[in-house]
This record gives sequence, C-alpha cells and structure tokens, in this order.
Amino acid sequence: MLSPRVLILAGGLSHEREVSLRSGRRVAEALREAGCQVTVTDVDDQLLDTLRSGQIDVVWPLLHGVSGEDGAVRDVLELVGVPYVGSAPAACRLSWDKSVAKGIVQEAKLATPRFVALPHGIFRELGANRVLGSIVEKLGLPLVVKPARGGSALGASAVRDTAGLPRAMVDCFAYGDVAMVEQRVSGVEVAVTVLDTGSGPVALPPVEIVPDSGFYDYDARYIAGASEFFCPARLSAPALEAVKAAALTAHNAFGLRHVSRTDLIVDESGEPWFLEVNVAPGMTETSLLPLSIEAAGLSAPTVYRQLVERALV
Amino acid sequence: MSEGNVGSRLDQWLGSYAARTRGMTASEIRALFAVASRPEVVSLAGGMPNLAALPMDVVGRSLANLVAQNGPVALQYGSGQGDPELRRRILDVMAPNRVSAHPDDIVVTTGSQQALDLVTRIFVDPGDVVLAEAPSYVGALGVFRSYQADVVHVPMDSEGLIPEALSDTLIRLKRAGRKVKLLYTVPNHHNPGGVTLAAHRRPQIVEIARRFGVLILEDDPYGLLGFDGDPLPALHSHDPEGVIYLGSFSKTFAPGFRVGWAVAPHAVREKLVLASESAILCPSSFSQMAVTSYLAEHDWKHQVGLFRELYRERRDAMLQSLSDMLPTSSWTNPQGGFYVWVKVPDGLDTKAMLPRAVTARVAFVPGTAFYADDQGRDHMRLSYCYPSPERIREGVRRLASVIDEELDVQETFGTPGSGQRAGSSVDSPGPDLS
Repeated sequence: MLSPRVLILAGGLSHEREVSLRSGRRVAEALREAGCQVTVTDVDDQLLDTLRSGQIDVVWPLLHGVSGEDGAVRDVLELVGVPYVGSAPAACRLSWDKSVAKGIVQEAKLATPRFVALPHGIFRELGANRVLGSIVEKLGLPLVVKPARGGSALGASAVRDTAGLPRAMVDCFAYGDVAMVEQRVSGVEVAVTVLDTGSGPVALPPVEIVPDSGFYDYDARYIAGASEFFCPARLSAPALEAVKAAALTAHNAFGLRHVSRTDLIVDESGEPWFLEVNVAPGMTETSLLPLSIEAAGLSAPTVYRQLVERALV
Repeated sequence: MSEGNVGSRLDQWLGSYAARTRGMTASEIRALFAVASRPEVVSLAGGMPNLAALPMDVVGRSLANLVAQNGPVALQYGSGQGDPELRRRILDVMAPNRVSAHPDDIVVTTGSQQALDLVTRIFVDPGDVVLAEAPSYVGALGVFRSYQADVVHVPMDSEGLIPEALSDTLIRLKRAGRKVKLLYTVPNHHNPGGVTLAAHRRPQIVEIARRFGVLILEDDPYGLLGFDGDPLPALHSHDPEGVIYLGSFSKTFAPGFRVGWAVAPHAVREKLVLASESAILCPSSFSQMAVTSYLAEHDWKHQVGLFRELYRERRDAMLQSLSDMLPTSSWTNPQGGFYVWVKVPDGLDTKAMLPRAVTARVAFVPGTAFYADDQGRDHMRLSYCYPSPERIREGVRRLASVIDEELDVQETFGTPGSGQRAGSSVDSPGPDLS
C-alpha cells in the first residue's frame, strides 16, 4: 500500500493518559515521515463511527493502562474487523495483570521475583500488620510494592524497611484494587524490545536503566535527565544473550504480536529475572523502545511503518 | 544513543541549565490532570474563568472594528509601559477598590503573572525571603522558586492573614539575620484559601510591613468578584508608597487577552518598565486596544455583575453540596472569587488520594501545590468557577465516595507518614484546565 491510512489511538481515561498522548504524537510524527497518512484520536463515543467510516486502513492503539493494555479496546477492534498493530486481546489480558503474567513466565521456565498479590479487603479483614508481617517474613526486604495492573510505575514504591510498607500500600491502593508485593532483586535493570516486522520476533539491544533516585519511578521515566541509559546494557556477552532470550521467551509465552517490551533485572550471576511485559510500550521522547531501535542501527519511522504493514498482512 | 560504556540522559544540555531551573519538573501528580480535560471527569481542579456570560458578538464586532479602523497601530509595537488610553481607563476599574493613582504610575503587563515575575526579578536575589500566606497562589510560588527565593509562609484564618503571626514571623526572621524582600498577599477572595482579609486588619498589615521595611505585593485578580457588598479598600489605599498593586482583566473580562497591570511607586515603576522591555519589549498592542475598546463601548460594570451572579450560583451549589455530602470535612466560606479550601479528615493525604479521584472521574488540586514546603497534605482546593451547578454537585458526590474509600484504606494501614512522595516538582495543573 503506497500510503496507508493509520488511526492512532492515544489518550483514554487511564492514569497514563498523558504518557499515551505523548506516545501518540511521537509515533504519528514518525509515521508521517515514513509516508503514512496519520490521524490521532482519543477513545470516545465517536470512535466506532470513525472505525466504520472506511477511511482507515489500520489502527495503532497506543493507549497505556486500563482499556488500552487490558485488551478491551482491541476486542472492539476485532469486533469491527479493523486491522491493528500489536497483540490480540487474549494475549493482552494475560500480560496485563502482573501476577497472572508471572505465573505464565514461570511455566516458561523464566525466573521471576517471589511475590504476593492481594486486594485491600484481605488486609482489612485479616489485619494489615499481620499480613504485612507475614509477607516480610516470607519475602524478606527490600520489597517493591506496585499495583497488579497498570504501568509507568504509577503507585509503585521501593520499600527498604517494614516501617515504609503502610505508606507504600496506601499509595499503591490509590491506583488499583490489588497490590503486588514483590522481592526486590538487586542487579542491573534492563528493558528488551521485541519486534516482529515479518520474519519472526527479534530482540533488540537491551537498554540498561540507571535512575538517579535508585528506583525507576514515574519521574525517573519521564523527566529527561533523571535516569541514565546504556544501550547495549553493560553486561557480559552471555548475559546480554540471556536477557534477549528471556524477552523472546516471554513474547512467545504470551503469544504476543508485532511489538513488546520486557522489563528484567539481571542479578550478579548474570541470570535474568522477569518483572513484567508491556504490550503497548511507551513511545515518548524518554521511552526505552525508541532508544533500542536507535541502538540497533534502525530508523524509528522505518520500523513503525514496517509494523503498520505487518498489521495489514 | 550511547555506545559501549557511555550513557545517555536524553538531554544533551543537562549540564548547562541554570540553578534556578531546579524544581522545574512536572510531577506524577501533574500528569494525572491530563485526564481532567475529558468530559467524563468533573474537574473541580482548574481555575479557568467561565466565559459563558461574555457577549461574544459584542467582543467579535469590537475586534473586527479594531483591525479595520486601527489595524496599523493595533498590530504594531507599542510603549513598554503600556497604552496610555488603557492606563487611563484602568483607573476607573480600580476605583471601587480605592486604588488611586496617576496613569503614569501604571505598567501594563502580559497578565498580572508577568507583573509578578517582573517585581520578583527586580527585588529578589537568590536566598532572599519572600513572605506568602499559608497557603498561597501556586503561580506566585512558581515565580518565587524560579528566582530562588526562600518562601516563608504566614498563617491565615477566616479573616485572612493574621497580623500577629506576620509580626512574629518578621521578628523571628530579623533575629535570624534574614533579608525579607516582599510580602506577597492575595487579600480578596484568596486563591486557594477562599477567604478575604478583614477590613480592620488591612491597616495593621500595612503598618507591620512598613515597620519592618518590607514591600507589599498585593495581588488582586478577584477584587471585583465579591458576591455581597462593596469591595474593601485595597492595601494600596493605606500606603501607596509601600505597596505594589497588581490587577488583571483575566477574571473580569477574558484571560485570552493576557492583559494585567501593576501600580507601583515612581522609582519602582521605572525599573519595572525597563525590566518589562528587556523581557517582552512591550505588551501586545492588539490586546490592550481590544480591552480599551471593550471598556469604552461596553457596560463592563454590568458585565462584571453578570459574572458575579454566575459565580455566586456556583459557589452556592458547591457549599450546599459540601454540606450535604462531606460531613467529615470542613471548608472555608468564600464570599467571592473561584475557590473553596477544604480540610479533609485527619490523616488523609490529598496528594496520595488524587489517583483514586481520577479513577472516580473527579479532579481537585492537592493542598501541597499551594505551599513551598510540602505542607497542605490534609487540604485540597476545589474550584466552582467553571462546571455547572449540577456538575458541581455530581463532582462532590464522587469526591465523597473517594474520601470514604481513602478513609477505609487509612483505617486498614493506619496513618502512614508522607514517605518518599515529598518533592519540589510541580503538582499543579496547567492554566488551560477547565
């Protein structure tokens, strides 16, 4: 197709609306550079009419957070029968809930930090101190507390001591009903983008993340200068290959399509620990996926256009 | 991007920024306000004036005439101090607040926000103290931060700034050898406090400032938007040599023109004009002439009356809704302006609560945005200026359930400290939020 008509979905009503809008603008710019006709739209009551107008060849959902990454909007795209970039709804549903996702990668023989995912009601009914005490007893310290569903590290905290747990829990439950408390594995934090533009999934060079604050939270992700990135990650050759293999394993285990980003920690022994996988990775100025495309010697406009064409096949 | 061991910080100028840019970062909280622009969300967060009552046909005709008849002047550079005809008319606008001045005493600025910037620029060195009410206008705190001022808050009560507290603070700072340059105050229909400085306190505040040699920066965007009675005399009326008075057309006409002004003592005014010329050369001739035409051709006082009624109706809806649905909170009783300042139950943290509110499709501004020192976690600012009375009621209903849920979580986990969430980044929404 000479100049595919692409509809980018960006915005939405999730906590990550701002990030999604930024991703949408960046991808639109790149696709226009690559010769596509691009429209960026929010998800609202006009969307179905737009999808059925016959004026759209392919949709690229760049919605982060709920309804974007939980598969809901993609279900609607399936209903309407419009091709789209990215994974199918069923795969999204599996990866969206971090506690479900960890179960799946464990079956695929990937290491993942020990965790527990609990709703607020359990803490209320059994007594928060008792439950938190049991968690610390089982998982030890330090811990990471984060919403079981959601991205951009919103509501996520690193906890070094027991005294810090109640604050972390309150902040986490402000973003969602289920909190995941996870062992904090020390090591090198990396993110690996997997692309499939037609010849099978390929892992791009892993990006190593070194946040100034020590924790890759929202500010560290979206304020330019708050983190330092190394690409490829400063790992031994075998460790680099191991994280790429782990990301490919995750991509395949969930049955993901076209593009994904897997976040991992590489411990001292070089073993990668799976943290989570993203079906709609951030595409902003400070996001990791564009960095790895550049590090691989590829051009973002070209890669994005290839993904659009792949969705059209 | 890096190769080998060379890292990238995605900003090649990171080492070049001036020290004053520290804190010029948008927080996670600010990002949440993006959702507030969606129609599904009842935004009680923004402070956008409600232009529904503005006669757009009159304004449109006036603008067309302006370009047709005076285009070459309206579209040209103008005086750095501002259009003389507008400055004459501003005297009429200030008359109800008893600000008497000569047109030469007035400097027209790009909104009163620029006047705030210019005054701070010419008076404040890094480390100087600026006194501000507790809480204070977020836009002023941003200016003071950008000039590296040390903001010290002075308590208010239902009658505004407390004279004894001001005096005590100044004594303490003097003993500590600190140089206090400005007292920044919003005496009428305070943003975010929703209170007005009582008439009997005004001369006291002026006298204390004079005694300690502190210049008062009186910010008065809401002075004509009181719901009952005549406006109180401005602080400026008590001591024109000791007060810089800031006014604005943003709330009484339209913010899109970006026209405000400063009334300042002679020597200060000369510096303000030079500082303004170095910043922007001159304020927009087009905007100034548009405002001048509006004031000349339209019954602007009647229009301000219409705005007052519009805001009064919304204030009533807000206070009634709060009374009906937030039994565990308390709030101020605004007699004008746009805002009510709400104290939530002890232990709740409005900053931590905002994500839950966004999920419930209601937005407010956490109290921390209005302090330079991370106070205010137990308060929030609610705006009633923009949504309809029905939407205000719905917003408060949603807020009530958010507070209940947050209390439930608090009951489970106790009252945790503020933890790591304190920061110097910007927690307030942008100016375009409805």
